[in-house]
Amino acid sequence: MSSILKGIAASSGIAIAKAYRLVEPDLSFEEKKVDNPGQEIERFQKAMNTSRSELEVIRDRAKTELGEDKAAIFEAHLLVLSDPELTGPIEDKIKQDSVNAEAALKETADMFVTMFEQMDNEYMQERAADIRDVTKRVLSHLLGVKVLNPSMISEEVIVIAEDLTPSDTAQLNREFVKGFTTNIGGRTSHSAIMARSMEIPAVVGTKEATVEIQNGDMVIVDGLNGEVHINPTEEIIDNYKKEQGHFADQKAEWAKLIDEKSVSKDGHHVELAANIGTPADLEGVRNNGGEGIGLYRTEFLYMGRNELPTEEEQFTSYKEVLEGMEGKPVVVRTLDIGGDKELPYLNLPHEMNPFLGFRAIRLCLEETDLFKVQLRALLRASVYGNLKIMFPMISNLTEFRSAKAILLEVKEELLEEGVSVADHIEVGIMVEIPSTAVLADQFAKEVDFFSIGTNDLIQYTMAADRMNERVSYLYQPYNPAILRMIKMVIDASHKEGKWTGMCGEMAGDEIAIPILLGLGLDEFSMSATSILPARSQLLGISKEEMKTLAEEVLTMSTNEEVIAAVKKAVNL
Amino acid sequence: MAQKQFTVTAETGIHARPATLLVQTASKFDSDVQLEYKGKKVNLKSIMGVMSLGVGKNAEITIYAEGSDEQEALTSLEETLHSEGLA
Repeated sequence: MSSILKGIAASSGIAIAKAYRLVEPDLSFEEKKVDNPGQEIERFQKAMNTSRSELEVIRDRAKTELGEDKAAIFEAHLLVLSDPELTGPIEDKIKQDSVNAEAALKETADMFVTMFEQMDNEYMQERAADIRDVTKRVLSHLLGVKVLNPSMISEEVIVIAEDLTPSDTAQLNREFVKGFTTNIGGRTSHSAIMARSMEIPAVVGTKEATVEIQNGDMVIVDGLNGEVHINPTEEIIDNYKKEQGHFADQKAEWAKLIDEKSVSKDGHHVELAANIGTPADLEGVRNNGGEGIGLYRTEFLYMGRNELPTEEEQFTSYKEVLEGMEGKPVVVRTLDIGGDKELPYLNLPHEMNPFLGFRAIRLCLEETDLFKVQLRALLRASVYGNLKIMFPMISNLTEFRSAKAILLEVKEELLEEGVSVADHIEVGIMVEIPSTAVLADQFAKEVDFFSIGTNDLIQYTMAADRMNERVSYLYQPYNPAILRMIKMVIDASHKEGKWTGMCGEMAGDEIAIPILLGLGLDEFSMSATSILPARSQLLGISKEEMKTLAEEVLTMSTNEEVIAAVKKAVNL
Repeated sequence: MAQKQFTVTAETGIHARPATLLVQTASKFDSDVQLEYKGKKVNLKSIMGVMSLGVGKNAEITIYAEGSDEQEALTSLEETLHSEGLA
């Protein structure tokens, strides 16, 4: 039966492939007595052997496809699997108590998990997770349930999930993932951002993708209209294949603009830059004609691993990005962790309101050791390109001054050690907290630039958690309240001879671009795939006219009025 | 039975990668291999056992091997400790 789910179009394009459910399987079982413990032990050993050969294959593939780093996780799993202190007691238990293998495994593994979790050592607590993962795998084999091996996907699929976390996406075999759809999330959730950086279509927030879609169902992800078709008719598939063609043609049109300058009809130049998460994203930036990096999210260096990245690892990544951009500006945001981005190995306490809590610069100013390592790596890399450093979540000037003081201290140390550091590194801040936007005139005297982070600025201004779908209607980028704040920031920077960029989703949005051009925004940083459409739009509008439009919308009262006015003015 | 005492010199002690390597080395031999630290003995073929000891820098550890290839096992483990800069 063919059916349709509606969701939020999070990454454009159309994907047609079979469904792969990334959903935890049901591993419940009953504890029972067995008549023949010997046979039960054999059944247990068989499940262990299957798990072992499976893990060996995964480890080898991870080594070649994902690198030694990711393979190490599976190496650890294999070691746990062969641990005599784990297997011995399980077999003893089956023999002595005549219980089924499932029960013996679970009880023994749980004991170890508890023991490791109680240890006052992050590393040991991580090992508890290894034991849990291994137990799940063996249990699945005992119960005859299919085990999830996302890194083993070997045919083109569309991933169906409740949500995709950074660690989920790190494990996916990107070559074969053609698109995804999730139950929850919005345009700015991690899954959506990932999809755009992987340049694959995605529809998020479908509410029931995991309920409605089974493994192997034929699925169409329409990332243009926010629709997911389940087991569509031949006719629908044909239509979508045509539309896929149109989309490819449109992309080819845009591609002609790769080496063009980003200028408005009346000759005003702005910088169209890209948001990236890892050096691997540089290829997309080049293929889409990015004039710089407006936001390098360094937190990905810290995620999906068991310990902090070393100074050397960070230096290598920063250097790679700076060199890769060949002298074009690269704005690096220092660690922005906390909120929806957690680092299990930091053992931060769970918070009631993580977005309002101990995150980003707040954490870095307290954990200065961690912060200094990053700053050292950045400063060392600075000689390889055009580095600009940006602090996230700044809410008052004291924070900026403290962060900058630490930066200068680290720079002094490096110079004393005889390490060369670039001379004029611009130091700026993210403007994402209303208090900073309101006080932009004071900040502008001390910072070198502003970059407006609209996702958070909107969330904090509208008091609407962007992870909560029920208040997602309050994500109103064109609300005049937001636009006025943006104007305050841009004007304040220009008054001091500084510049303002924007690195939220809004910077690449066709309704927002005319207004932002009119308000005088200097740099627009967006997903790489949005750059060419944005350039195409800019070429057709004039800054003088957009200035008039911007003045007009600033006096309006609602989000909807602004949308209507822009659509009318620029024929959208 | 063969046995030898070592002092751990590695900054991070025996965890993560070093523990993995020691367990992998010990597992190659038929002999029973044990690791003693602060009076507690664990099976050196068990990753969970080794890690549960929490061996840190400057720790005095003793390795015991008993079985047909005890001498080879001890020599091999000593090599691993040295080559990894652990002791």
